Amino acid sequence: MRGLFSTVIAMAAGILVLLGYFFSVQLLFDLRYYLVQVAVILAGFAVFVGTINLLSVHITKIRKKQKGGIYGLFLVFALLLTFFVSAFFGPTAELPVLIFSTIQLPVEASLMALLTVSLTVASIRMLRHRMNLFSIVFLATALLSLIGMLTLPLLGEVPVLGNMLRPYLVQVFAAGGARGILIGVALGTLTAGLRILLGADRPYGGK
Amino acid sequence: MTTFWLGVTGFAVVLVSTGLMLALSALRRKSPPLFRTIPVFERLQDAVGRAVEDGSCLHVSLGNGGIVTPQSASALVGLSTLRRLADLTLASDQPPVATAGEASLAILSQATLQAANQTAAAGTPYDPTSGRLTGLTPFSYAAGLLPVVADENVSANVLLGSFGVEVGLLTDIAERRSVYTLAASDNLPAQAVIYASGTDFLIGEELYSAGAYLDAGPLHKSSLLVQDLLRWGIVLLLVVGAVLKIFQGLAAP
Repeated sequence: MRGLFSTVIAMAAGILVLLGYFFSVQLLFDLRYYLVQVAVILAGFAVFVGTINLLSVHITKIRKKQKGGIYGLFLVFALLLTFFVSAFFGPTAELPVLIFSTIQLPVEASLMALLTVSLTVASIRMLRHRMNLFSIVFLATALLSLIGMLTLPLLGEVPVLGNMLRPYLVQVFAAGGARGILIGVALGTLTAGLRILLGADRPYGGK
Repeated sequence: MTTFWLGVTGFAVVLVSTGLMLALSALRRKSPPLFRTIPVFERLQDAVGRAVEDGSCLHVSLGNGGIVTPQSASALVGLSTLRRLADLTLASDQPPVATAGEASLAILSQATLQAANQTAAAGTPYDPTSGRLTGLTPFSYAAGLLPVVADENVSANVLLGSFGVEVGLLTDIAERRSVYTLAASDNLPAQAVIYASGTDFLIGEELYSAGAYLDAGPLHKSSLLVQDLLRWGIVLLLVVGAVLKIFQGLAAP
């Protein structure tokens, strides 16, 4: 019964939002606006529920003395500390902003730097694992694009590559390919949405 | 074209697609359509089979696409794939673990796993921590995923959803641990990263065909047929548009 109720609500809300998107009738527009607002509020509350989930997963990890439990302890400590500091001083106060800019930001920046290294290693590994025409074209295009972006001393941009080949690669081949992929993604998005509207996919549970 | 007619055209496309999906689903119930072979899905099914046999865990990562953002479709495809994979593996000792980088997605993954647990002859009771939020920013999400891939007896990773370039960190750790990984994203730079990483990958709209290839239901298969029909329609429109443009150029003084 709960599953049926959820399905009816999901289908009705989806159809109303869709109609409000296509037809500029005031009633449909108001309904669409209201439903989207409700969804945004629920998504905001979901962040709170999700954080509790994150906390409970790591507390379970610590309690059961699972591998990596010590990192869980750090996470719980940091989460609670940040929560109480932000609740006490306000999220835009100096101390919470300091926590963000001196801990969160540098850690994420270093992960980004790490990604650059792991991508370089991955591209070398790709030639070992998947040595085919597509891989060679992929790497050659990446190299040509990178070299084409260089500015040489005295010469300026790399002759031929910088002013002719690279723009052609980027604006014709890459842009054309990207458009093709995006059209495919748009069609996939349409049919995925329709499956939800028809009740074939029920990510909210139910049989 | 006025806004009204644009709306009517859009609505007509949706209506025709819906009609086609329902009609093809009913017509093809007895003789299911045959699609081109995508070897990745065969390897995924092998990996799922191995996970059930050796009692290891299957990890499904749903990305960080919000449910009220344009990236929701890929997240929803991830959820329907999670449901199908949960159905296939629930008889094993280790239920699948689902992770998300967006809170509502994490809650939906819990609902999906719970629903699968209720309908299948589950080998283990439902574990509320099997659907998890691992971080709220792209890199904290990736950092939170690393211990799941490295420490939790995971034998196969399925990364389906909206990922950014941070997906490279996940494929890298999976590669180092020799864990089977299938990755797909709706994000173009992420697709390039996944391609370079050497794992199994799905490019472009292949992400949206996961349900059809994993036998998630007749509507999944008919929706893939509709996708193909619409693609041919777009190809035709592009060719006609290009030809008309050429003629316009030739006719101009």
